Amino acid sequence: MSDSSAPPATRPALLDIRGLTKSFGALKALDDVDFTLGEGEIHALLGENGAGKSTLIKVVTGVFARDAGTVRLANREIAPRSAKDALDAGIATVYQEVNLLPNLSVAQNLYLGRQPTRFGVVREAEMKRRAHALLLDYGLDIDVGAPLASYSVAVQHITAIARAVDLSARVLILDEPTASLDRHEVEILFKVMRKLAADGIGIVFVSHFLDQVYEICDRVTVLRNGRLIGSREIAQLPRLDLIRMMLGRELAETTHERAASQPDTAREVCVSFKGFGKQGYLAPFDLELRRGEVVGLAGLLGSGRTETARLVFGAERADSGAATVDGKAIRLNSPRDAAGLGFGYCPEERKTEGIVAELTVRENIVLALQARRGLHRPLSRREQDEIALRYIRMLDIRPPDPERPIGLLSGGNQQKALLARWLATSPKLLVLDEPTRGIDVGAHAEIIRLVRDLCEQGLALLVISSELDEIVTYSNRVIVLRDRAHVEELKGDAVEVSSILAAIAADAPAAQEVAS
Amino acid sequence: MKASTSIAITAVVLVVGFVLCALQFPNIASTRVVANLLTDNAFLGIVAAGMIFVIISGGIDLSVGSVIGFTTVFVALAVERWGIPPLAAFALVLVLCALFGAAMGAIIHVFDLPPFIVTLAGMFLARGVSFLLSTESIPITAPIYSAVSDFAIRLPGGGRLTAIAIAMLVILVVCALLLHLTRFGANVYALGGSRAATALMGIPVGPMTIRIYMLSSVLAGLAGIVFSFYTAAGYSLSAVGVELDTIAAVVIGGTLLTGGQGSVIGTFLGVLIQGMIQTYINFDGTLSSWWTKIATGVLLFVFIALQQGLMALARRSSVKPAGAKPVGAST
Repeated sequence: MSDSSAPPATRPALLDIRGLTKSFGALKALDDVDFTLGEGEIHALLGENGAGKSTLIKVVTGVFARDAGTVRLANREIAPRSAKDALDAGIATVYQEVNLLPNLSVAQNLYLGRQPTRFGVVREAEMKRRAHALLLDYGLDIDVGAPLASYSVAVQHITAIARAVDLSARVLILDEPTASLDRHEVEILFKVMRKLAADGIGIVFVSHFLDQVYEICDRVTVLRNGRLIGSREIAQLPRLDLIRMMLGRELAETTHERAASQPDTAREVCVSFKGFGKQGYLAPFDLELRRGEVVGLAGLLGSGRTETARLVFGAERADSGAATVDGKAIRLNSPRDAAGLGFGYCPEERKTEGIVAELTVRENIVLALQARRGLHRPLSRREQDEIALRYIRMLDIRPPDPERPIGLLSGGNQQKALLARWLATSPKLLVLDEPTRGIDVGAHAEIIRLVRDLCEQGLALLVISSELDEIVTYSNRVIVLRDRAHVEELKGDAVEVSSILAAIAADAPAAQEVAS
Repeated sequence: MKASTSIAITAVVLVVGFVLCALQFPNIASTRVVANLLTDNAFLGIVAAGMIFVIISGGIDLSVGSVIGFTTVFVALAVERWGIPPLAAFALVLVLCALFGAAMGAIIHVFDLPPFIVTLAGMFLARGVSFLLSTESIPITAPIYSAVSDFAIRLPGGGRLTAIAIAMLVILVVCALLLHLTRFGANVYALGGSRAATALMGIPVGPMTIRIYMLSSVLAGLAGIVFSFYTAAGYSLSAVGVELDTIAAVVIGGTLLTGGQGSVIGTFLGVLIQGMIQTYINFDGTLSSWWTKIATGVLLFVFIALQQGLMALARRSSVKPAGAKPVGAST
């Protein structure tokens, strides 16, 4: 591993990270990660949600303290304790949400705290002249006296980069810089990145757009579940291999056995979508969900998996297509409509969108059922206790104490309590977004077992997961997504890791060659 | 562009209001009335000059009225009872005010408390201390007081630009320079834009916060000294509620209470509008002086509604891509 991650001899190492480890409670967010960035190198840092990318960035920029490991910048060990420390050392970060001041002019944003002055008075004209000249270097010819907020996100990004570089940053971390840019703006940004790399600045590029990674980057480092999967020269890494690094496990590791696949046409369709979609959000798709069947959604981060779930649950309003339940047309404009139809949704962000940490396990479990009954028909305390205890026993939630605040439980047990919340409403359809994210190995297997059990009880399940072998284990069908569209449906024996990977990577490398 | 729009709107309201008043009472349009308006509102203008810094930085200072009350009592006692020379008394009280403001700023920053609560506590504290010092109105008879009251620049038309009106104008000009032309001023706007981003850009947020509240308290102290010249007395109940008049003047002057935007000139216009309403009511003679408060209240509502409307308009118009013209892009 160490020789595969060593930088090529031509580029001196600028940022050198060895054995970086960081835990939050029992969860290892980073486990012995190495990362090397060379001078003038554009280096992609890739991985699905929860892979450890943002933790790595936050440790390097001083937001989190590391548990173990070394960070060396130009052969000097550094240990920044704040973003400002990191900036002083020469490491600047530009986030997707630009950290500048929208109410000030572009020029003030570039020179805040170091404006040219004479007798204490800011030399406005001189500052604007310098700002204009500075941005010309970056290919921007704009009125630097106008407020930053009046410009597009791309201009704001470039302003942030220009300020950082002008403050003598040597390492530039760009966190999803292209997520809200259009194609043309991306090109402007890439031009800037190439220029900076030519000047010897090292750039860490975090993105989930693989096309862009292949277009701009020299090397790529992939993380998964807090571990380093590998660092490669991008030119020698076929796209299928890259996706396998991000999603797949080694075939030898696959231990789960595939669920017995019955002919799925035998089951009755319970929810069906025709041409369902939303402009600029997700291309229209057809989807049939049957009782007692698990449909898996597979694809890379940003491919449209969570978007599908949010449309299905009404959290995002579809602007085309129709949905039916048991053959009857339905209205699906809000999560409230969805809950009324017997849909349940366990979102990916368990901490912010799922559990209410201060409330007890009992209160969290009865939440959805109570909401459905309405506030004027409260569940009696006896009913609540009964429901809570039933599901605690059934799902084996530990500790089995319904009065414990749910925030004190482990991730796996929180996830089970969330499942219980929706099961208590006896749903028709349950959508699980990354049900095993951030859960330790033991609980992981249990959740998978639960998913299978639920399916046997006649529930329709739609499950999103980045763990392909997990999806293969419990899914009767797998829908593969790419670039915000459903591109392929795999059934029966076709449901296997290699075919999913092939579908995700399909025609993209070809398109790459056509483009270049 | 938006900042200048709100100043323009305030200016239009002032001019239209003044013309309407002058149509009904032609005597209003004289240098005498205008000069008196400046004199009567000199202390308000000075406090508002400090408040504008606080509000642009995203904070608020509720203690200024109490600080004025405290200053008048302290100065009166120092000069009349303790035998301290007036100028030394002024210097002493300004140092006390500076320490008071610095303490509030430090508490706000270090404990990350809302400025509203901290300065509310400061308001009670300063008012309480002035009651402790004296509960009666203490007339000030020092020679400097009569000398300053007698000084005035005669204007054509019989108006007298008094010393305290001149003091206000000078302070406003200095504050305008400080806010609009220095790094300090730019940092004040930055703080109001985003505290977190300002800190990330390496601006010392703590010292800035302390200095801003210090400035507000010192200017409130100066306003208190001016107030003591105006009334020739020190009284612990003086300037009750002035903090709210000040905030009203700042908002009418086109400053957003959320921070990040505003100007000294707009605030000055806001002060003048309040003074104009008061003058009109005095001329009318039959109206209760409390109509000033009602008119101010109505104006406040109108201005806040106007600001929201303008902002919504600006938001809608900024949806179309705004002016980014990359050099190399010829597509």
